[in-house]
Amino acid sequence: MTLAVDPSIKLETARRPLGGGRRLNADWLGAVPFLAYVGLFLLLPTAIVAIGAFVGPNGVTLANLTAMNQAYIVRSFINSVVLAAVSALVGAVFGAMLAYAVATGNPRSVLRRLVTSACGVLAQFGGVTLAFAFLATIGGAGLIRVWLLDRGIDIYANGEWLYQLRGLVLVYAYFQIPLMVLVFLPALDGIRPQWREATETLGGGTWHYWRYVAGPLLLPAFTGATLLLFANAFSAYATAAALINQGSIIASLLIANTLTSEVGLHNPGIASAEALVMVVIVAIVMVLYAQLQRRTAGWLR
Amino acid sequence: MAATSSPSATARSTRGGVEVRLEDLRRRYAGVTALDGLSLTLAPGELVALLGPSGCGKTTALRLVAGLEEADGGRVTIGGADVTRRPANKRDVGMVFQAYSLFPHMTAWENVAFGLQMRKVRPADRRRRAMETLELVGLQGFANRYAHQLSGGQQQRVALARALAIQPKVLLLDEPLSALDAKVRARLRDEIRRVQLEVGITALFVTHDQEEALAIADRVGVMRSGRLEQLGPPTTIYARPATPFVAEFVGLTNRLSGLVRDGSVEVRGTRLPLVQPDAPDGPAVALVRPEAVTLSRDGEAASGPLVGIVIATAFLGALSRVTVDLGDVTVLAQLPTSEAGAHAAGTRVRLALRPDPVLISRED
Ligand SMILES: Nc1ncnc2c1ncn2[C@@H]1O[C@H](COP(=O)(O)OP(=O)(O)OP(=O)(O)O)[C@@H](O)[C@H]1O
Ligand SMILES: [Mg+2]
Repeated sequence: MTLAVDPSIKLETARRPLGGGRRLNADWLGAVPFLAYVGLFLLLPTAIVAIGAFVGPNGVTLANLTAMNQAYIVRSFINSVVLAAVSALVGAVFGAMLAYAVATGNPRSVLRRLVTSACGVLAQFGGVTLAFAFLATIGGAGLIRVWLLDRGIDIYANGEWLYQLRGLVLVYAYFQIPLMVLVFLPALDGIRPQWREATETLGGGTWHYWRYVAGPLLLPAFTGATLLLFANAFSAYATAAALINQGSIIASLLIANTLTSEVGLHNPGIASAEALVMVVIVAIVMVLYAQLQRRTAGWLR
Repeated sequence: MAATSSPSATARSTRGGVEVRLEDLRRRYAGVTALDGLSLTLAPGELVALLGPSGCGKTTALRLVAGLEEADGGRVTIGGADVTRRPANKRDVGMVFQAYSLFPHMTAWENVAFGLQMRKVRPADRRRRAMETLELVGLQGFANRYAHQLSGGQQQRVALARALAIQPKVLLLDEPLSALDAKVRARLRDEIRRVQLEVGITALFVTHDQEEALAIADRVGVMRSGRLEQLGPPTTIYARPATPFVAEFVGLTNRLSGLVRDGSVEVRGTRLPLVQPDAPDGPAVALVRPEAVTLSRDGEAASGPLVGIVIATAFLGALSRVTVDLGDVTVLAQLPTSEAGAHAAGTRVRLALRPDPVLISRED
């Protein structure tokens, strides 16, 4: 027996005019201030950087870009990538666990509201304030450090790691974890309890549920969020600047140093080229992020 | 796809169904008694609809049978085997949820094949059986669609196919139609019934829609506060409700005050027999079905306890429902639309109450 297919269903093949239709409307007018803002403070500087990277003291040149292979510059970028990747992974794993704990609890509980608003604040916590908070507690003369030292525990027995790359991972975790909670929570909320129950009635257990249902559904969101954390850490500047005074340990500090150094004053094109490399790395990451977000958006509506 | 002689051979092989018993099921949630000793036996291959108002425990009953919730007391047996302590994934039940239960990252056929995968069926067989089951629900052309590319009604059909593909011993449906609009709803309801009969599976169908329950079920169980108020075939439930609660929940009723005397009740000058003639004498409210009320055009000057003015007419297709204002009370009458046309709003009419046995209520 064949059943008539519901005629009210529009097949997806129904074509949509390119560019969303010919209808002119004034909706976009409201977006003008925002677009102007983006243009002025994002696109324009990017363009200036991109152009500046190809300008030397004697006009158009590729010298700035070829200068990027100097050991100390390469070192900074590698450090930046490693720092961003490690802090993104740490933030993603712990943030996801926290978000899971929150998402599986009562949606109206005080705990949930507390955690989400705290994350909203902490995700923005950075720069000098954050650096100071760490210096004041576990810095060289920090409260906790001294207290521990009095009891014979020296957290810096193997070097003052707080002021090195390793320290930055710890400090960055402070805003990466809350950011992960904020970004990942909507994906977890999109997971419906019926899916677990359907898995169970179909004969699957917890492992099957995670392996075939929740895992595949959350993976794109998780990866996407991790990429976002990567970009976030990669481009962070103020926290590192406040905490670390030794040279060009990461890319953002490198650019700042280049701008104020002899070389930079002489040739701002070098700094532009460094900035361009950063922009390109972040752009690649953000494109990947956007793709993943789009993929999940269809599933978890 | 390999052709098979009978498209639904796989799903149909469970024909016959098994007996399912719910015995004195009890379940409490922090202070709320969701189930208060529910007992119900489904005959093999029977479709029983559980009907009742929101919060009466229908979903809880279903979830206890599925094993998604644990009973505080009582037993569930499926085909003679006590499954009360068995986890959901060992119970062999097919469950259709209210909505949005398809795995969104799998296509229709992958959804249907999922249960077979859990049962370690070979990939090739999985696909074939999934396709057959999709054909059973009329969706063979939609195998490669994702849930968000299907209408609500189609999604529910896929969900039905997914539940049936594992050849469960019992099919459980928790308001599977309530998220759909009226037209799709009626059609899918009949579709579910057709498939259930074709497969021959024992099924428990939960709904709060009395029309749906009466239309689909072999027997309807009306629930109230965690227990069964009445269980019987749709016609009995409708025509011979055992309690005022059932009468009012299943279909519309007029509540007319009257006086019980000698096993009958006198309502506005008309004597009506009682369903339970041993009721003690005294004032009571008689529950009179709209279809037991007839209308006649009377002289403009007519008067009496059953004379009133038509204030509204609702057309329901072949039947119409006329609202008549008797002054102290309004009464609903249901009659063929051809007759209702004669009684426009504002007309003075005389009502007559057909002497069907009525239930009485003394609640107010
Ligand atoms: N997980 C739970 N925690 C607390 N109380 C619950 C829970 N599940 C159900 N209840 C309560 O148990 C009672 C019965 O709920 P149930 O879901 O079985 O009702 P229902 O008949 O399916 O209602 P509806 O028609 O609204 O779906 C309700 O009072 C409900 O509030
Ligand atoms: Mg329910």
